[in-house]
Amino acid sequence: MVEGLRKNYGEVVALQGVDFEVPVGTIFGLLGPNGAGKTTTVRILSTIIRADGGHAEVMGHDVSADPVGARFQIGLAGQSASVDANLTGLENLVLVGMLAQIPKRLARSRANELLERFFLSDAAGRPLRTYSGGMRRRLDVAAALIARPPVLFLDEPTTGLDIQSRTELWEVIRELVRDGSTVLLTTQYLEEADRLAGRIAVIDKGTVVANDTTTALKARLGSTTIELEMGSEEEAIRSDALVGHVCTLANEVEGKTVRMGCVQGPQALIETLRVLGENGLEPVNLEVREPTLDEVFLALTGEHPLDGGSGPASKDGG
Amino acid sequence: MEANTAVEVGRLSRGPARVIGVARDTLAITRRNLTGLIRVPRFFVFTIIQPIIFVLLFRYVFGGAISVTTTGVPYVDYLMPGIFVQTVAFGSITTGISMATDVQSGMLERFRSLPMARSAVLAGRTVADLARTTVVLVIISAVGFAVGFRINTNVASFVGSLLIVLLFAYALLWVFSAVGLALKDPESAQAASFPVIAPLVFASSVFVPVSTMPSWLRGFATYQPVSVTASAARALCNGGPTLSWVLQSIAWTIGILLVCAPLAVWSYRRAV
Repeated sequence: MVEGLRKNYGEVVALQGVDFEVPVGTIFGLLGPNGAGKTTTVRILSTIIRADGGHAEVMGHDVSADPVGARFQIGLAGQSASVDANLTGLENLVLVGMLAQIPKRLARSRANELLERFFLSDAAGRPLRTYSGGMRRRLDVAAALIARPPVLFLDEPTTGLDIQSRTELWEVIRELVRDGSTVLLTTQYLEEADRLAGRIAVIDKGTVVANDTTTALKARLGSTTIELEMGSEEEAIRSDALVGHVCTLANEVEGKTVRMGCVQGPQALIETLRVLGENGLEPVNLEVREPTLDEVFLALTGEHPLDGGSGPASKDGG
Repeated sequence: MEANTAVEVGRLSRGPARVIGVARDTLAITRRNLTGLIRVPRFFVFTIIQPIIFVLLFRYVFGGAISVTTTGVPYVDYLMPGIFVQTVAFGSITTGISMATDVQSGMLERFRSLPMARSAVLAGRTVADLARTTVVLVIISAVGFAVGFRINTNVASFVGSLLIVLLFAYALLWVFSAVGLALKDPESAQAASFPVIAPLVFASSVFVPVSTMPSWLRGFATYQPVSVTASAARALCNGGPTLSWVLQSIAWTIGILLVCAPLAVWSYRRAV
């Protein structure tokens, strides 16, 4: 689907040869920090900008040779595109539907279905200015769906949302794939890519530094850290001996603390606590940590990601 | 699958179907822009209040000190056709602001990702703003009549004067569309437009006859587009030699469109 994509902004290289392929009917996560080139990639794939080199196809339509053909295949939501703050929810969806060349009546009926599905029916007649951040993002995703395109680009759809809105949107995205859509999702959150995507490409400084199934990637990265603080150093050593086999990635004992790297976090936690309980051991303090994007980058590239949105594709920052 | 019908419609868009497609997209964008103008009426208010202040200022404050003997009509009759041109000239700046706002908000990126006619974005903006300009011009005419403006020719000529001004306005909308798309920032678009339009409005025959100006300014002030259009509108309202001014105004309008429409299209391509 995407081969050797390159894009320069003047002297600044935003993308230097990005390659990946998204199997039909799956969610593909494009994970990376601000300025990594995620949004630039989405903008090229959605025909908003042209690549300076390389080749990209959406359902067989070359995005530079046949942009119109590609546009009929895609829906776009998130940072790269916006909805009109002065129009109501319904008006926005009908506008996008009509411009996607579906008949007005059909656009209207689909708009009403989508508003209902995304719990926006009550706000359908209100201008978007009055929407909360979460409502606006849901409407944005609805706008991407109005023409029922087979491919969806969701560009950081949950950035800036509270946990509840984020979880709701995740559920919506999962439903879409159940209905047969193919989704390219960009995100800065490992957790989001992990929860939704079957495959993840990690992108940094305009190149793909890893491209693997989510499970394989997590296994490579050490994944969940379980930290047990015991009553004493002796207890810590005893615990490590008892539960050390549960997780085997970079286990260590430091004073009263046992630290374990686990591939299957939840199962490992249950097993650990069961074994400790059977042996009459009780942690004083328990901590479970998912690896942060920072740690992923450290593991993959050996350096910390660039801070902020000041990188080459600064449009990533919105 | 229903999605396929959309694909087929798109593929078949050639010849007459394509024209219908462009018209449909333009209409959709025009409606969107008009809705915005009505819901956030600040541009309406801005473009109406400002010429009203000028009407009152020149009619009642400066008007007494300005003697227009050459034309043989009361000053208010001289003033109003000029005010029409001034209204559309300053009003057209808002087109640039709206265009820049669309670039900044990401609306243009949304439009670009859709299988719509590219030309519809610019056409829809200029058509919507022409509609706004027409409404404003009608209101300003009413204000003019309220302060004593009278037509010295006939109603048809008066309507003709409004049309010649609207034609000129449409050319200006393309000028400022290009400015807004090139600058991509509403504040900059506004700041950059005023210094361009202000000398054209003030160093002109809009408020006073150019014969009172120093000779070095007179040439520019007579033949620049704002003056020419004001003279054409004035001749249509008050009588006197008309055809030459009308033709000159139309020539300016066509000339500006020929230069600025491609420029606007070019900036649109580069705007995102």
